Amino acid sequence: MTDLYHIDSLFSEEELMVRDTTRELVENELMPGVRDWNREGRFPVEMAAQFGELGILGATLDAYGCAGVSYNAYGLMAQELERCDSGFRSFTSAQNGLVMYPIYHFGSEGQKEYWLPKLATGEAIGCFGLTEPDFGSNPGGMITTARQEGHEYVLNGVKRWITNGTIADIAVVWAKLDDKIQGFLVAKDTPGFSAPEIEGKWSLRVSVTSDLYFDECRIPEYNLLPEAVGLKAALMCLNQARHSIAWGVIGAAIACFEEALEYSKTRIQFDKPIGGFQLVQAKLAQIWTDITKAQLLCHRLGSLMDAGTAQPAAISMAKRNNVAMALNTARVCRDILGASGIVDDYHAIRHMNNLESVYTYEGTHDIHTLILGEKLTGIPAYK
Amino acid sequence: MNLLVCVKHVPDTETAVRINLDDKSIQTQDVNFILNPYDEYAVEAALLLKEANGGEVTAITMGPDAAKKTLRTTLAMGADKAIHIACEHTADSGATAKCLAKAIKENDYDLIFCGKQAMDIDNAQVPVMLAEILGLPNISAINKLEVADGKATAHREFEGGVEVVETSLPAVISCHKGLNDPRYASLKGIMMAKKKPIEDSGCSCSVPDIEVVKMEYPPQRSGGKIVGEGVAAVSELVRLLHEEAKVI
Repeated sequence: MTDLYHIDSLFSEEELMVRDTTRELVENELMPGVRDWNREGRFPVEMAAQFGELGILGATLDAYGCAGVSYNAYGLMAQELERCDSGFRSFTSAQNGLVMYPIYHFGSEGQKEYWLPKLATGEAIGCFGLTEPDFGSNPGGMITTARQEGHEYVLNGVKRWITNGTIADIAVVWAKLDDKIQGFLVAKDTPGFSAPEIEGKWSLRVSVTSDLYFDECRIPEYNLLPEAVGLKAALMCLNQARHSIAWGVIGAAIACFEEALEYSKTRIQFDKPIGGFQLVQAKLAQIWTDITKAQLLCHRLGSLMDAGTAQPAAISMAKRNNVAMALNTARVCRDILGASGIVDDYHAIRHMNNLESVYTYEGTHDIHTLILGEKLTGIPAYK
Repeated sequence: MNLLVCVKHVPDTETAVRINLDDKSIQTQDVNFILNPYDEYAVEAALLLKEANGGEVTAITMGPDAAKKTLRTTLAMGADKAIHIACEHTADSGATAKCLAKAIKENDYDLIFCGKQAMDIDNAQVPVMLAEILGLPNISAINKLEVADGKATAHREFEGGVEVVETSLPAVISCHKGLNDPRYASLKGIMMAKKKPIEDSGCSCSVPDIEVVKMEYPPQRSGGKIVGEGVAAVSELVRLLHEEAKVI
């Protein structure tokens, strides 16, 4: 996409190198297979090791074998992954923001030393269980419980819509312990724990989405995340993931835009390329502008995250704006592609379907609207 | 082993080339420059040798200041240090080889790797010229390499066969596709590259040996010609392909 505003010049050389090396991996290893993986509804789990080798996993952490890149570099990386498919970015958002981040920030030294190097190489995969069948936008109402019995905790409950659940070696699970929300680590194959995949998705088909069942699931005492106390701790993880979403969806939008622009220059109707018609130019001009604005918003957000001064509402603003932008862009591009836009020879419809999930997960569009509303007025309107 | 890799900062192969108003150079604005793809095999070959035998990998380039970006790519892939020769005459293979040779003579390298050619000018001359100036043996466009006992054995592929060539060290070796699978610069490598040194080396070519006189675009493709229909048109079509298009 033509960089009209020289946005590249806002980034450091290292940040651009992170983007370019990720792009190279995506072009060589992911783009050739994505159509088939999407048809099969399969996440190519063998890619986890490649992501690990590149340093994508835990990229912002500066220890335990991780690279310690800036939030803007991490954002550009997310953009490149989602340029291919939201499923790949979802995988890394979960592994990084929802698993490695809480272990790093809320875990014991033993938990960090055991899990973080394995998660960084992709040898281990993680998932994050907060949402429940009856508690989505209202996670504080969760009914999954933990009780202590001797040197163990016993978990009971159900989590739903959990990215990576079925393929995870370790789950970060939130449950009520004496009525207070608390984070735990649950290893796969723990008796009483199962993670069947949710079937029938027409969105994020390249990502694994699962239920997590806990039926008198006993975990050792040392699997409690010591500092993961209260809903605030869980929301801190979500803020990490939301930052990568705000960035990632720009990649999906760019992929759709570039494809539609190219198509508009080569598709001839009424003896000229459809890109020569005012209605098509109006669409292209608008989405190019929308993508550029989203990039500028994200660059600023990443800088605030690096400075440690990003307020949660700022992250909500970027997630809300950019996902809506990307979803609209995908729909407009699908439209420009005409009938070709409904088949998977082109990327637009896959991105469009994926972005419906992204619009809903990690705080729905409407919930982020209410976060901004509360920030403005001081009055929460969630209930 | 003390290993050197000669690399070039070239426009991305997907670049739509635009000629400057002077008709002698291309516009570099909005052009993405990358490590020359053939040089990636050279970097990988050097890194593999270092990993097997120990030692150090140095990357060298001649080019404008912006070419340091490409050196940093090699450092991010795993090279230990780099040398930048500030010189604009990168379209001149002779000047390039002389500049490189001067910087190289100051060090003892066991092996000097190059890509078989740079994807911008496509001369494929620098490795051979460099070897000649340095008085070293050269093997061009290899796709397999073994180094042992002070000798290098390399495979060169040609239509219908393979040539196996052996040389003493030091030597200049240019690398072709198939030699290895170049690694991606890892995020950790990128962060570490910031701390690795890039030495500035002066340019020794005051006047280039060749001059770019003019650049022009290939002629616009004109529309097709319909010769006729059916079997009757075949002989005329064959005649035109033979006499006018000269493709058969």
